[in-house]
Amino acid sequence: MIQELFFAYFAFAIVVLSLLVITRKNPVHSVLWMLLLFFHIASLYLFLNAEFMAAIQVIVYAGGILVLFLFVVLLMNIREEVRINKFIGAWPTSLTFAIGILVVIIMSIRSFIAAPPGIYSIDLIKQETHTKALGKLLYTEFLYPFEVASLILLVAIIGAIVLAKRRLKP
Amino acid sequence: MKYYLLIPFLPLTAFIINILLGKEVLREKAHWPSILAVVGSFFITITSVLPQVTAGKIINEDLYTWIVSGTFNVTVGFLIDPLTAVMLVVVTTCASLIHIYAVGYMHGDTGYYRFFAYMSLFTFCMLMLVMANNFLQLYFGWEGVGLCSYFLIGYYFNKKSAADAGKKAFITCRFGDFGFGLGVFMIFLTFGTLYYADIFANVSSIAGKTVNFLGWNVDLPTLIALLLFAGAVGKSAQIPLHVWLPDAMEGPTPVSALIHAATMVTAGVFMVARCNPIFNLSEVAMNVVAIIGALTMFFAATIAVVQNDIKRIIAYSTCSHLGYMFLACGVGAYAAGIFHLYTHAFFKALLFLAAGSVIHAVHTNDIQEMGGLKKYMPITYAVFVIAGLSAGGFPGLSGFFSKDEIIWSAYASHSHVGKFVWILALAGAFFTPFYTFRLIFLTFHGKYRGGHHEEHHGGHGAHGEHHIHESPKVMTIPLMLLAVGAVAAGWVGIPPLLGGGAHFAEFLKPVVGHPEFHGTHAEEWGVMGLSTTLVMIGLGLSAFLYLRRTDLPEKIAEGFKPIYRILFNKYYIDELYHYTIINPTLWIANKVLVGITDAKIIEGIVNGVPGLIGKFSQQLRRVQTGLAQHYGIIMAAGAFFIIALVLLLR
Amino acid sequence: MVPLGWYMFLSMVVFTIGVFGFLSRRNIIIMFMSIELMLNAVNINLISLSHYLQDLRGQILAFFVIAVAAAEAAIGLAIVIALFRNKATVHVDEIKEMRG
Repeated sequence: MIQELFFAYFAFAIVVLSLLVITRKNPVHSVLWMLLLFFHIASLYLFLNAEFMAAIQVIVYAGGILVLFLFVVLLMNIREEVRINKFIGAWPTSLTFAIGILVVIIMSIRSFIAAPPGIYSIDLIKQETHTKALGKLLYTEFLYPFEVASLILLVAIIGAIVLAKRRLKP
Repeated sequence: MKYYLLIPFLPLTAFIINILLGKEVLREKAHWPSILAVVGSFFITITSVLPQVTAGKIINEDLYTWIVSGTFNVTVGFLIDPLTAVMLVVVTTCASLIHIYAVGYMHGDTGYYRFFAYMSLFTFCMLMLVMANNFLQLYFGWEGVGLCSYFLIGYYFNKKSAADAGKKAFITCRFGDFGFGLGVFMIFLTFGTLYYADIFANVSSIAGKTVNFLGWNVDLPTLIALLLFAGAVGKSAQIPLHVWLPDAMEGPTPVSALIHAATMVTAGVFMVARCNPIFNLSEVAMNVVAIIGALTMFFAATIAVVQNDIKRIIAYSTCSHLGYMFLACGVGAYAAGIFHLYTHAFFKALLFLAAGSVIHAVHTNDIQEMGGLKKYMPITYAVFVIAGLSAGGFPGLSGFFSKDEIIWSAYASHSHVGKFVWILALAGAFFTPFYTFRLIFLTFHGKYRGGHHEEHHGGHGAHGEHHIHESPKVMTIPLMLLAVGAVAAGWVGIPPLLGGGAHFAEFLKPVVGHPEFHGTHAEEWGVMGLSTTLVMIGLGLSAFLYLRRTDLPEKIAEGFKPIYRILFNKYYIDELYHYTIINPTLWIANKVLVGITDAKIIEGIVNGVPGLIGKFSQQLRRVQTGLAQHYGIIMAAGAFFIIALVLLLR
Repeated sequence: MVPLGWYMFLSMVVFTIGVFGFLSRRNIIIMFMSIELMLNAVNINLISLSHYLQDLRGQILAFFVIAVAAAEAAIGLAIVIALFRNKATVHVDEIKEMRG
């Protein structure tokens, strides 16, 4: 009972917050609502016994990516932004198709058949901490994707610098 | 090795050599391949073909299978029987002598190689026509000679009149060839095959049958025969398709001699003789052939009386003599028609070549500007007189025997129109020597009337006339050889009445049969006497009007002015065709085909389709708005539709 | 116990909201944030499935999603800065060079 209540609150909050994120005129407000959204998602992860993921969510998303967004938002003319139209002309069409996608995906989820459960039961994770379990899996079976992910991050670093730096005058 | 294959293929090789190498390599020597080839064919004919055929052997062999399509079989095949042998002798002899003559006549001309190339091609096509053993090869040769005729008539293509004459010949013949083609189709439809041997063996099976043609029931043999005859009308310049022959004189004189006297125009007569089993089944067709032949003969003779162009007179004479040949075939005397074809080739070619000699000397075609040439060109004069006598039917020369044979056949045949065409033939017997000797007297006798030439060439000093000389030996020797033929060629066919053995008719009997005549010996003497008398009267009248009382022709022409004008303008047939056929065709071509179908329909489609595509793509490019979000919307829509589709189909 | 279906439903709704935001906002920064919203929705889905199927591989994938999302955000924003230098606007409907 308690669990369902908590879940209900978090679900409702997440939906409302995401709506707020996309409908604010002022982009700084959007970023701030998004911050709150990420915290709620991290709590949801805690519900699902994935404490490491919750921590990563807060550190990387809220602490890294959102700060990056905020910096870029500083480039804009906020006074201008709050005056003018925030949606493009074709927004009814996109609303229709978005709701359409929602409807068809919900209809198709009803035929979802779950696979047989794996070995990582809740007790096992509680016994061996979540971080350790995740780490063991990551460094043995998924080592190659791990290294590739680090390479992607390297490329991102270099790319971002190359794309955004000013032209040096000779 | 089948030696008879060399007969057509030697000239073909000469054509290929000349057309490929003639312009750059051979130049003035371009006559050598052609002459060697055609003389070679002549020798093979005389030494190999003729003895074999006289001994009774008939060759009917297929060389190469061309089309095999279900029941339709066509091969390149050769049939050599007495009729073919006669035609081969005519074609190769005349072709050889005319080729040699042309070396002198065409000397120095820029298109020398082209001339000989086309002459060789023509010889090849004519030989293929004559030696064919099926109708398709006959048609091939038929069209081939028509094509070469076009090339050679329009040889001086820079002259508009020559180019127009070439077109006129080809297009007029096309009318006839269309009928001929339909005839060949009917033959295939009826017999299922195109081979002479199979058709003529089964020809009695179609006797009396009728067929539904455009809604009417017509007699089948008549239909086929008339359609085939249509081709002959075009090719042999009979009424109403005779209009191309006089204009064809725009070509060089050797061309006129070979094509329009000895060989191509006689292809029609050959074809009628070859198809005589079919014609024999249809009385209507034979009457039509005889009447058209007789009318053409009379008609052309009357026009020739008042013409002034030396070659045109001889052209109308050819037309007239062809009428004689068809007259003979029409009353059933095919052998007589072929006999006349054979003798006519010699004296007509001789007439043309001698006329060419005259033209070569005085550089004009108008006989009103000639005269008194006999002292400058004795050889030409002599052969001209011999040819004229032979053409007119003077007793003892070859033309007499063949013409007499025809006149007797017309009188004595069973045909219903026999007597009628006999009267016309007698009229022809009068007119022919009249206009031929008018030509000779005006050209060679009297005083030279070409005086005004010297006014243009003032600096010629004390010369009274233009420097007229006899032609070189390369031209006169063929003339003399042909004169021998004009005299003696007919001696193989002297009728039994006069003591001969009628070898010619006997020779051709296996192919064309023997017509039945009813007539006594007395009647035969009477007919011969009557026609000979008319020949003498015509000769005498011509001598009187043009040698003695040279002022009379003018007065007669003045007195009968309307008749003179009609005859001089060739009965206004050219003008008639111009108004009724040519102008409407040109009008349709310009207003309808160019104006409507070309400008509106085809241009509409050709311009319209790209225009439509352009407009469509103009509309389509509006999808590319440049906004990424629009593209994103389309992607989302796509995803939505695909998932929905999968769900619906479940 | 909260049924799995509820988590999936939540994930779908957030995803839809992200799609709508991406397809209809003029400001490019908000568009990027909608992308992050979509990625987060997918993460919710993955982690809830991992929990209910007792298989940690869902969380591994979510881990990588987060890493790649970070890289993509960095580069995307670098591009926005470069674009802003050239066009001095952050409104996507004013960037119509490829029209036609």
